[in-house]
Amino acid sequence: MGLVLLGVSVLTFFIAHVVPADPVLAALGEHAREDQIRSYRHAYGLDRPVGVQYLIYVHRLLAGDFGISIRTRRPVAEDLGEFLPATVELGGTAWLVALLLGVPAGILSALYKDRIFDHISRIGSLMGASMPVFWLGLLLLGTFYYRLRWLPGPGRLDVSAIPPPSRTGLLLIDSALTGNGAVFWSALRHLVLPALTLGLFSTAVIARMTRSAMLEVLYQDYIRTARAKGLARARVVLRHALRNAMIPTLTIVGISFGNLLSGAVLTETVFAWPGLGRYATTSAISLDFPAVMGVTIVAAVIYTTINLAIDLLYARLDPRVRYE
Amino acid sequence: MNKPAPRRPGVGPHPLRLLRRSPLATLGAVIVLLYALAALAAPLLAPHPPLTQYLEERLDPPSAQFPLGLDQLGRDIFSRLLFGARLSLMVGLVVVVIAGVLGTAVGMAAGFAGGRVDHALMRVTDIFFAFPSLILAMAIAAALGPSLTNAMIAIAMVTWPVYARLSRAQTLVLVRQEFLEAARAVGAGDLRILARHVLPNALSPLVVQASFNMGDAILIAAGLSFIGFGAHPPTPEWGVMVSEGRDYITTQWWVPTFPGLAILMAVTGFNLLGDGVRDMLDPRLRRAT
Repeated sequence: MGLVLLGVSVLTFFIAHVVPADPVLAALGEHAREDQIRSYRHAYGLDRPVGVQYLIYVHRLLAGDFGISIRTRRPVAEDLGEFLPATVELGGTAWLVALLLGVPAGILSALYKDRIFDHISRIGSLMGASMPVFWLGLLLLGTFYYRLRWLPGPGRLDVSAIPPPSRTGLLLIDSALTGNGAVFWSALRHLVLPALTLGLFSTAVIARMTRSAMLEVLYQDYIRTARAKGLARARVVLRHALRNAMIPTLTIVGISFGNLLSGAVLTETVFAWPGLGRYATTSAISLDFPAVMGVTIVAAVIYTTINLAIDLLYARLDPRVRYE
Repeated sequence: MNKPAPRRPGVGPHPLRLLRRSPLATLGAVIVLLYALAALAAPLLAPHPPLTQYLEERLDPPSAQFPLGLDQLGRDIFSRLLFGARLSLMVGLVVVVIAGVLGTAVGMAAGFAGGRVDHALMRVTDIFFAFPSLILAMAIAAALGPSLTNAMIAIAMVTWPVYARLSRAQTLVLVRQEFLEAARAVGAGDLRILARHVLPNALSPLVVQASFNMGDAILIAAGLSFIGFGAHPPTPEWGVMVSEGRDYITTQWWVPTFPGLAILMAVTGFNLLGDGVRDMLDPRLRRAT
């Protein structure tokens, strides 16, 4: 993981410092004076050799210094701290939605293979995996907010709601901790549409993987044996089949987290959700490279950590991996 | 005693014959063909030029004259979708070619050389896998400057590692085969072995991946255009069309709905095709599903 993160730093350095025609002009604008350009170059070490610049960059990163955002004029680390919780809350809920819908749909689809539920589930998951997230978000917003008024629109809370004092930055948890039922309810209702939008792709991918993993397991001899010795069907499915089918599914669950982070960029844009994705988009539009790279690195670290955790869990679930 | 010749790995029945056996893959192939036809014949099929504005009729609903209605600037949505198909398929093809060639070359080199070269090249692919694809693509597109060409480069940069892993795995299996020993024994050089013997036998999973990659590329490109890092207005690109029409979702639903539907159907087509061909080529899956 250390090696991968080192590579992540090289790649982000390359994108931010080497690829743009002139990172100084990108930072200061076209009308910057010569002396401003010189002092900026010196302050950020841009007048030093590229290798030295990279070392300065890594040194700063290790100290949690992502630089100063050109757009907000604040340290990027501070901005990230402010916007990260909204994305964690949205991404976490979407992930939960994906697991709660995707795994049972995959199991049922495998058990009732070639029956009506299987057909509906397969077509649904195929469309879900091909769906443009931003378009789905617009359709849901248009239908359930603008037209039917069943659910609230953009943002994390109703305008009238006063956010609870921030402990975790996650509105659901903060409002629950302070016993503020009204804010909890508002935050929960605001989460429904963006979480469904963001979670659909992962739901589809997880359902497809669970189905094919279950089908592969259900044909094995040990399942036939378990059934033959008179075990109840539910027990065979849940204890014998699902446990083994979960191993390949877990990998997809980890990978789907990367899709959630990618999807968050689009979902947060559609739902004006004040998270990292929207911060990244608005920063990228204003060529605010320190901010864009900050988000990119944080996303890579989160994604790599989740996948490492999945690998460890994998070893716990599958003794063959452990003993290799 | 005459034994039947062992089948070389990776070589199966003809893809077209396999395609006929799976209705879903056939549906995918039909969708893809229809899009390809729409893209090729857009100037002939489109009832109106894609940029011409009929301001008197702007935002009019679908009618005989304008089959999918008009957008906020009075342009015919159907004609714009047809020309958009050209752009989207071109994006997909360019991405598949760049990512496919780069990834396959890296993967085959890693699998063939083995040892340190393999280790180093695979760590490079790991680094690319560490990023959520759209976020890295956005960072690259922002650094290069927002345009459709740069979006294509960015998407290729985030999708090539999959080809690298697939072709490496195939190469690792193939290098142990006897027919490669034979080729070496008759004096074939490394490059010739890779090009004439390894590549043709490693092609099946790469072709499947190319189909998925086309769908992915179309989806990511539309997403990038939607947030302003791909094509720009007035280009009839589907993501741009959804973005431009987003304010009309409740009042004139057809403006953002049809371009979104066009993306959905195109990506579904490529995914169906990829799915079907993969299932047919993998005997284990064929039996199970």
